[in-house]
Amino acid sequence: MTALARPVAALGASEFRIALRNRWVTITVAMMALFALVLSAAGSAPTGDVGVDALSVTVASLTSLGVYLVPLMALLMSFDAVAGEIERGTLSLTLTYPVSRSTILLGKFAAHLAVLSIAVGAGYGLAAVAALVVDPEATAGLPALWRLFWSSLLLGAVFLAIGYALSAVARRPGAAAGLAIGVWLALVVLYDLGLLAAVVADGGGAFTTHALPWLLLANPADAFRLYNLAASEATSAAAGLGGAAQTIPVLHALISILLWPLAAFALAVVALRRVTP
Amino acid sequence: MNSLTLSQVTKTYDGVTALDAVAFTVAPGERVALLGHNGAGKSTLMKIILGLIPATSGQVTVLGAAPGSQTARDGTAYLPENVAFHPALTGLEQIRLYLRLRGDDPARAMDLLDRVGLGQAARRRIGTYSKGMRQRVGLAQALIGNPRLLVLDEPTSGLDPVSRRDFYTILDGLAAEGAAILLSSHALTEVEARTDRIVILSQGRLMANDTLAALRRRAALPIRLHIAARPGAADEVAAQLAGGRRNGVMVDLTCGHDDKLARLGDIAALKGLIEDVEIIPPSLEDLYSHFSRRDGQ
Repeated sequence: MTALARPVAALGASEFRIALRNRWVTITVAMMALFALVLSAAGSAPTGDVGVDALSVTVASLTSLGVYLVPLMALLMSFDAVAGEIERGTLSLTLTYPVSRSTILLGKFAAHLAVLSIAVGAGYGLAAVAALVVDPEATAGLPALWRLFWSSLLLGAVFLAIGYALSAVARRPGAAAGLAIGVWLALVVLYDLGLLAAVVADGGGAFTTHALPWLLLANPADAFRLYNLAASEATSAAAGLGGAAQTIPVLHALISILLWPLAAFALAVVALRRVTP
Repeated sequence: MNSLTLSQVTKTYDGVTALDAVAFTVAPGERVALLGHNGAGKSTLMKIILGLIPATSGQVTVLGAAPGSQTARDGTAYLPENVAFHPALTGLEQIRLYLRLRGDDPARAMDLLDRVGLGQAARRRIGTYSKGMRQRVGLAQALIGNPRLLVLDEPTSGLDPVSRRDFYTILDGLAAEGAAILLSSHALTEVEARTDRIVILSQGRLMANDTLAALRRRAALPIRLHIAARPGAADEVAAQLAGGRRNGVMVDLTCGHDDKLARLGDIAALKGLIEDVEIIPPSLEDLYSHFSRRDGQ
């Protein structure tokens, strides 16, 4: 293994073991599986009316679920990453090893992303099985589900990195947890509510046609939703700001969800470099 | 070449001076104790040596290289004060991780844990360990890769007396193989017997840097003589020697270093009245107070 891969693998394996022991793997898998099954059951009813296969309908529901749940799981796993090490006194120790700060973050990132991919894979996989059981035509929705899977991981990666940055800025686990919940509320819940209020007040004016698409692309959660809904044939099944999806090219949404993980990880590295152990 | 050289190391935080022109060296195989009150600048100095924080001014050379450089990190081991490790990992898993981070063979983890007396508990989670056991995990990781410089911050806090002795035995072995050791401690009596040189910091300034014997000479603190008189002779002994009586049989005297033999001669002249004599040199606590308060505190 190369000089970089070896410590990343060592740190990642250790961090994954901690996630297993802390039951993060169990909790996230159970959460995703439960919600996916509930949505599959709820989504199987209107299939005949909409005229699309059962899985495509489920993918639209899973998109709306994932946009809340994936960032939340990512932040819950990452808020302690730096602050916890500072509190235990292990950060200063690890930093005296021949390991760089970005390597430390990469190791944690690899482990947490693996946990997320297991949880998201289990949930979406169950949804696919459930859809295929009730509707043999559901194979038509598999590309959309695959797209939802990897874009969910990109969304998770963004919020993992944001969680590390908050953890490094807060320096205490309690404060980091508070910041993480605040960021989740702001980016995932309040951001959309604010935009909706602005759209209503604007009444179809310049804000709605010019600023809104860019503001949606600027938020990773909205870009994720837009990308999946715009790329999916089940856009009509979506509600809320999904209607704006028609005005935004899929490519722009894709670029946003590809760039966000890189930007957020860079932010996390900068935040960790500023920590004086 | 010295393993560690500090010259005129100064650190200021927002105008407050944490370290003021500190200079000393540690040679290979030398065990140096760093003493000072809480807040004297010991931990700050250690973090500068480790390259975790930069000095405001002055020069630090670690194993011939800059602090925090690859050479310095490869050859330096650190034990932070009160390190806790993740409670969900076992001691064995934690040490295997640190071995892999040093590019060492993780299979050596069990040997290291055996060496610090944790072999039995190696497969238990660190969350179930006592403070002393966690401290041993910290020591085990500091032994990885035959370090040429060990920087140990309060390494024996939380250890019982037997564990402390084992700990210093391990350090003696490392020093005999040529490792330079810089350790801070509050337990002055153990430092007294187990280190070669003592550095005293007070309010960020270096107050003393010498062997214990030399510090004793320089401080010229009085030596105490405890004389046990024969039954009923205590008053007479006290009168003859102009000393104070401590109880019915004991007489206490103090004298300067240079008067010691003369005073012993006086005592010997009264040998019919005396059971025993004990000479008590100034303790490290006395020396420490003397040097750390010299600045008129």
